[in-house]
Amino acid sequence: MSAPTTPAATATGDPTRRTAVDLAAAIAAGETSAVEVTRAHLDRIEAVDEAVHAFLHVDGERALASAAEVDRRRADGEPLGPLAGVPLALKDVLTYAGAPTTCGSKILEGWRPPYNATVTQRLLDAGIVILGKTNLDEFAMGSSTENSAYGPTHNPWDLDRIPGGSGGGSAAALAAFEAPLAIGTDTGGSIRQPAAVTGTVGVKPTYGGTSRYGLVALASSLDQPGPCARSVLDTALLHAVIAGHDPRDSTSIDAPVPDVVAAARSGDVAGLRVGVVRELGGEGYAPGVEQRFRESVDLLAAAGAEIVEVSCPHFRYALPAYYLILPSEASSNLAKFDAMRFGLRVGDDGVASAEQVMAATREAGFGAEVKRRIILGTYALSSGYYDAYYGQAQKVRTLVIRDFENAFAAADVLVSPTTPTTAFRLGERVDDPLAMYANDLCTIPSNLAGNASASFPVGLSPDDGLPVGLQVIAPPLADDRLYRVGAALERALGEQWGGPLLDRIPEPTARPSVEVQA
Amino acid sequence: MSEPVLDYDEVLERFDPVLGLEVHVELNTASKMFCGCSTAFGAEPNTQVCPVCLGLPGSLPVVNGTAVESAMRIGLALNCSIAEWCRFARKNYFYPDMPKNFQISQYDEPIAYDGWTEVEVDGTSYRIGIERAHMEEDTGKSLHVGGATGRIHGADHSLLDYNRAGVPLIEIVTKPIEGTGAKAPEVARAYVAMLRDLLRGLGVSDVRMEQGSLRCDANVSLRPRPEPGEPEAPYGTRTETKNVNSLRSVERAIRYEMTRQAARLQAGQTVTQETRHFQENSGTTIAGRSKEQAEDYRYFPEPDLVPVAPDREWVERLRAGLPEAPAVRLRRVSEAWGFSELELRDVVNAGAVGLIEETVTAGASPQAARKWWLGELARRANETGVELDAVGVTPAQVAAVQRLIDAGTINDKLARQVFDGVLAGEGDPEQVVAARGLAVVSDDGALGAAVDEAIAANPDVADKIRAGKVAAAGALIGAVMKQMRGQADAARVRELILSKLG
Repeated sequence: MSAPTTPAATATGDPTRRTAVDLAAAIAAGETSAVEVTRAHLDRIEAVDEAVHAFLHVDGERALASAAEVDRRRADGEPLGPLAGVPLALKDVLTYAGAPTTCGSKILEGWRPPYNATVTQRLLDAGIVILGKTNLDEFAMGSSTENSAYGPTHNPWDLDRIPGGSGGGSAAALAAFEAPLAIGTDTGGSIRQPAAVTGTVGVKPTYGGTSRYGLVALASSLDQPGPCARSVLDTALLHAVIAGHDPRDSTSIDAPVPDVVAAARSGDVAGLRVGVVRELGGEGYAPGVEQRFRESVDLLAAAGAEIVEVSCPHFRYALPAYYLILPSEASSNLAKFDAMRFGLRVGDDGVASAEQVMAATREAGFGAEVKRRIILGTYALSSGYYDAYYGQAQKVRTLVIRDFENAFAAADVLVSPTTPTTAFRLGERVDDPLAMYANDLCTIPSNLAGNASASFPVGLSPDDGLPVGLQVIAPPLADDRLYRVGAALERALGEQWGGPLLDRIPEPTARPSVEVQA
Repeated sequence: MSEPVLDYDEVLERFDPVLGLEVHVELNTASKMFCGCSTAFGAEPNTQVCPVCLGLPGSLPVVNGTAVESAMRIGLALNCSIAEWCRFARKNYFYPDMPKNFQISQYDEPIAYDGWTEVEVDGTSYRIGIERAHMEEDTGKSLHVGGATGRIHGADHSLLDYNRAGVPLIEIVTKPIEGTGAKAPEVARAYVAMLRDLLRGLGVSDVRMEQGSLRCDANVSLRPRPEPGEPEAPYGTRTETKNVNSLRSVERAIRYEMTRQAARLQAGQTVTQETRHFQENSGTTIAGRSKEQAEDYRYFPEPDLVPVAPDREWVERLRAGLPEAPAVRLRRVSEAWGFSELELRDVVNAGAVGLIEETVTAGASPQAARKWWLGELARRANETGVELDAVGVTPAQVAAVQRLIDAGTINDKLARQVFDGVLAGEGDPEQVVAARGLAVVSDDGALGAAVDEAIAANPDVADKIRAGKVAAAGALIGAVMKQMRGQADAARVRELILSKLG
């Protein structure tokens, strides 16, 4: 179980304990160097990642070279961006030219993409130092990282527990102080749920707010890359770096990015109408989660927000609709993994036909959950079943969007617990896909509607001492409202706690006591 | 191995053919349908590819606006309605030359739908309904190595070239074509020829059937001819013949399918719904995969692309800018040019209507223009295996050659040398004539000397002429021409001979 809490002050000289904004300022002022900061994080990874397993691939040499470049630019007096020199952990579902990109799958083993994702390119252009690629459920299908073909990631709060998923690697890297910034992708909660269960911040921008170019698609109409960090302001600064129109992504929105940084600095919620979603709570929600949620809503009210209750009656159909739309798109998106042009190739003995090699490769290369969803999606799109499944799910999607429109007529933002429970134990739900899927109950509606959504840490559950997250949802293109609420909560809770929540995390040095099958 | 067929006349006595034609047109946009790669034909394999058209993980398509505009212009030229809002769809199936293992196409929401066009065969006009014209991307090419036939069966291994993957295609689908009777094969051919002219006139495609930039799939079915007073029978089972890559093949393939299906029906057998392949050598079709076991393509709206919603102003601007329809143009020029029915058909089949029109505009007579394009230039195009409009000579140059002939500067024989010079890049006809010294010699001094020489060399012929046998002058003219390498003014030579021997 958990080691005893070892508080660590943020103001120590240890670069891994500092915020990104603080590090960038120190680098810009010449108080430290990007190389020094990067080396400290590489050392930290070296020290704790054997226990946490947040990373699938770390390229220290390349990271140090990027850092040295930032230091050179600074020395030459070139202007630096607000996060220049700060290290980052990149979810291994986004391409970084030349670096392995596995998506947590055996089928992509050995593939090194020849191009950068737009998000990756923007990080590099901003002088952000990419430390490596983080673990995830295979092709982002899962809520625990247990579906990774390379073994699970462990929650730094309790190494026997899941760090959430699919972006458990990115969230765990933040919580274990292996990186101050991380990139996640969110298809049904893969940024927000890991943030909630690790006590970190994760934002799913408005669909189309960040580019999907170079994000290996799970479900095209749901996927969205987003920023993750330990503080609201760091997350906002990262959001501003990666967001904005990209002509390479047709679904990218050609509109100005809302001023998320100003919102994160202000944290002003006076007069903001905060809608509590009636359907996201009650039965199936852990008492400790509900308690911390209610306390947080009270804090918002105390900060001047107007609390209203809203109803979204069709959210109960969101989960089944999601599990038809996602597998349908995924079954098609994953068809390209056929051994012909990249990645794994199995059974090519010179006699087997192309079809046989494709089948053997996909049989060997995909894990159980991926196969489950490909089969589900293939079925849902089949002639004779399309209307009953995919077609019907699209109608539910429209109803969910309508629910949001009605709710946003009464409220400026909506709030709910991010997850019904805190982090469950590794292995606890691997044989029960439906229980696993239920973890995304609160997060899925935002993906179906394409609006902006975030999870902020609101304390530890009195039930088990594990982090609880609060979800904030804003209408499309109103991402800044997320940060106003997040900053207000961070300020109020920080005063209560006397510092960031993560100051109370134990050192993840213990080896996991449970061996979990991949 | 070849199947029994029924005599064509007998087919028509008992059956009515129903056709459906699907034509795929490769657009001539500079870049591909969904990425910036070049579409140029004939490049080294896999040199015109990028993450998008290779379907690499993470890549995303972006629609080529020029291709959408071309699709709309084609739709408008075929009198189609243009969708106010339409989407792309994914057509899912596994094949190694399909990088993503799905093709981005359009399914139930085509950009253009419900149109018509008309073609003329032997003085009768046929109206052809257009079901739809939709946008999609081409696949790569598989090269099957080691087999006898170049097909996948028996091949040792296969090579893949993705240069063509993602090239924009427009698929134009007709409604069922009925009531053409014995003319069905010719109507089909005329339709494809008309389409080719229409597409060329729009400037949206190279329309080279031999390079595959215009491909036709022919659906054929037969149904019994109704007895007088009886209602029409329902459609029969159809076959779809692919690999029909010339106008002549369209006609042959359909004629063959009619006789093959009729023989089966006549023998009490059924026609199998299937894909068939046309065999250029034998003029027959052979069975491909059976459509009964056709794959379920699991179409669904392409989630990586946003809907295409062309605003009406754009559509109207495109409509206003359309060139004259081929049928209308044909009617107009056939009156103006005075060609015979047969001459006109040859001109259409050769794809020379536009070329002749431009040549006439540049000053040549219609007959002269026709003579050059369908004679000397068609021969050269044939030899080099290119379409007539790519032969390397412009209509203006043809008109200039004819002008030089009419002025007596050159004759027909020298004109061929002028074309040689134009094709060799020596400039316009006038420049070639000057540079090569090809002008006809009509100067009496030079001609007189040559005539004297010819008379001296052929005393017996000269005697015959002196004796009044004027027809014998031909031999002397020939001798003079030979000596002057064809550059003598033949009429003047004749005059000189007759005056010297008169």
